[in-house]
Amino acid sequence: MSSIQVLRPGLLMTVQDMGRHGHQHVGLCPGGAMDPLSLTLANALVGNYIHAAALELTVLGPDLVFERDTLIALVGADFEANILINRPVLVPRGSHVSISRAARGARGYLAVAGGIAVDEVLGSRSTYIPGGFGGLDGRVLKRGDKLPLARDAQKLSRERFARLKHKDKRGSSVKWSVLPLTVPDREPIVLHAMEGEHFGDFDANMQRLFFDTIWRVTPDSNRMGYRLAGPSLTRTTSDEILSGPTALGSVQVPANGVPIALMADHQTTGGYPRIAEIASADVPRLAQIAPGGTVHFARATLDMAAELRKDTHNRLEQTLRGIAWEYGK
Amino acid sequence: MAKLAPLGAVPLGDCAVYVEFSKTLDLEVNSAVQRLATMVHGRALPWVRDVVPALGGLAIHFDPDHPSLTSDALTAALNTVSECLKEGLPKVDDVVRTVEVPVCYEAEFAPDLAEVAAASKVTPEEAVQLHAGSDFRVLMIGFAPGHAYMGGLNPKLAVPRRAAPRAIVPAGSVAVANDQTVVYPYAISGGWSIIGRTPLAVFDAGRQEPSLFAAGDRVKFKPISRAEFQKLGSA
Repeated sequence: MSSIQVLRPGLLMTVQDMGRHGHQHVGLCPGGAMDPLSLTLANALVGNYIHAAALELTVLGPDLVFERDTLIALVGADFEANILINRPVLVPRGSHVSISRAARGARGYLAVAGGIAVDEVLGSRSTYIPGGFGGLDGRVLKRGDKLPLARDAQKLSRERFARLKHKDKRGSSVKWSVLPLTVPDREPIVLHAMEGEHFGDFDANMQRLFFDTIWRVTPDSNRMGYRLAGPSLTRTTSDEILSGPTALGSVQVPANGVPIALMADHQTTGGYPRIAEIASADVPRLAQIAPGGTVHFARATLDMAAELRKDTHNRLEQTLRGIAWEYGK
Repeated sequence: MAKLAPLGAVPLGDCAVYVEFSKTLDLEVNSAVQRLATMVHGRALPWVRDVVPALGGLAIHFDPDHPSLTSDALTAALNTVSECLKEGLPKVDDVVRTVEVPVCYEAEFAPDLAEVAAASKVTPEEAVQLHAGSDFRVLMIGFAPGHAYMGGLNPKLAVPRRAAPRAIVPAGSVAVANDQTVVYPYAISGGWSIIGRTPLAVFDAGRQEPSLFAAGDRVKFKPISRAEFQKLGSA
């Protein structure tokens, strides 16, 4: 069986797919890729179906060795690498792929033809770090790891690459690339947010501050949540809040006044006031902000959130159609 | 009890809604919410991703763009809740399980038992009897996978949370704070007083049913010896 060997793991590299739904009632969040749009594009570029597992890279990429000819694609943040990014690349057996820093964006998805063939746990191959399961041994990847690929990965890779139109001169990639849909050109990015259940617990001044501030993502932000440095937000009441459900993109304000935006591996319930809820279409864009990056909230309605989803869906479909055409479909 | 009616429905972003029945912990409402969640879940609606019962209401997580939806998802979710309420909730005895949890209360697994007993003005043996004699009910699962907040602790054992949380609490630790008890599913940080440990896996992603507990379960703790703990733990 062919595999990928990890020579240097970079920062927080894990196996991720589209996550595991249907377990929030027992406290397990769906998890999965922080930026599912980039993962979807990476999988499409190597001819995979949408639920194939890939490597999620964070800010600093890895050094990898491919034991067989493998069709790969790295999509998302603007990583400096010795391969072309945002397009399919056939790496010959024995190749070292070296990926360093992301100049722009925070997360990249390295998809391989046939997917990363770790075992499914509860219907997904995603690594859930707090629970220690999924992915490879339920943990962040480290030096010396060998990632299993599909049995026929080399055959799939060669066949799929052969089908691609418009190859480049070297014959190992193509002349075109896709545009990631989530990586920002400039910061602060604008996140559309609806009022949360406890928005009214904050006075007019605090509410204005929430929408007027340029928030900075703190270094202790992770796959569970993004902490946002800025002015301290305080409620007009000190009443305890009955623990209630949370969702991806909920913005909680604990007693220390530092808002936390809930990300892929968030807790399913919480007892902190929720000042806002980020539109679902904007959550993958937040996932592309590295620590130190900045965000700004714009007041939105459910109708606006629906428009944003539609717009994202249309842009994704358009890109996917383009990729399918290049594969001769 | 009075007819159950939602206080309101709060969108949890554009992919979920929180249907709230009470802003404070009311055991009857809590039980009704759990049975309502079971009912909504049982409908297996293709656009519903998750139904999450909490203390005073339930969240319905959905795919707002699912092709099977004929109205907007928020309206459809609220209609589903009203239909279920109209149809009538299942009886507690028809849906609620009883889970027996073996616990070793011996000192090596119970670093805080003596302190809890002293604060409650009972002997450690009496504290164990009070804990194992309590009829617990899972009020909510949250904080971590399989982490069940259980109400029903004998009020004599009610101690506040510890001033300084422990960085690591071993998996399976049984702990108390205020009028509740929990069983830690993983080795995680925690601020509750540890009075025993179960050899059972509280959450095992490899099991058909990964979580030992579900919201609404009745739970009884059964004292076991160190030898039994080891036997069950290696099974």
